[in-house]
Amino acid sequence: MPDVVRLHYDVDGENFMAAGEASSAVKNVLRRLGFGEDLVRRAAICLYEGEINMVIHANGGAIDVSVSPQAIEMVLQDQGDGIPDIEQAMREGFSTASDRVRDLGFGAGMGLPNMRRYADSLEVTSEPGKGTRVLMTLRIAPV
Amino acid sequence: MIVVELAARLDAKVLCGSEAALGRAVRGAYAGDLLSWVMGRAQAGTAWVTIMSNMNVAAVALLTDVSCVVLSENVTPDEALLVRAAREELVLLSTPLSTYDACWRIREGLADAAVL
Repeated sequence: MPDVVRLHYDVDGENFMAAGEASSAVKNVLRRLGFGEDLVRRAAICLYEGEINMVIHANGGAIDVSVSPQAIEMVLQDQGDGIPDIEQAMREGFSTASDRVRDLGFGAGMGLPNMRRYADSLEVTSEPGKGTRVLMTLRIAPV
Repeated sequence: MIVVELAARLDAKVLCGSEAALGRAVRGAYAGDLLSWVMGRAQAGTAWVTIMSNMNVAAVALLTDVSCVVLSENVTPDEALLVRAAREELVLLSTPLSTYDACWRIREGLADAAVL
């Protein structure tokens, strides 16, 4: 395999039915690269939560994934309204999702907490009115 | 206990699922309708019992790698869920049982199979 595998996906805003396609695609790529089930599952969960957040809150965005021998890095960038209080958004159960979104089964306030739980590191930077950038890293244990 | 045996215990209809997927072992159960919650907690190989029926159920089931999705209370899946589940060889079961009763029977099945 090449030293670094790079993947890019554009995520549609408000398209709940297609949400998860990027995560599924990345999961399949990671599987093909031969990573263990646990790492693949954690990466997929992190990415899905980020993807859903962009669909629900930011009218879509872009996902860039790079896989090196040391780590899987996933960057999600959107041009949404931003997160005014990141600490509050990280709290389990806190959500600003609409009733319509909740009816679809989202809005449990577990998105960012799940990312924190399953990524080895999570960095969220946000500027109100300009957008949010989420960086998640999963380390690859040396064989 | 494999998925097809579980279907029999739940008096469930098999809505879709490949032969290989129906032969997969069931390692436990998880019940929940809030997708993010399920996403973070459901363990691979378990049977996920839910009343949610939209297409996002397929995404969560595939990403968590559960052995099957059990729609309780005779819930009918949206067409989009059925199509995606069939495409991805995900097992969808539909049972008349409540979520509670479905989980109870799964536990009985696991006990009989000496998994517990």
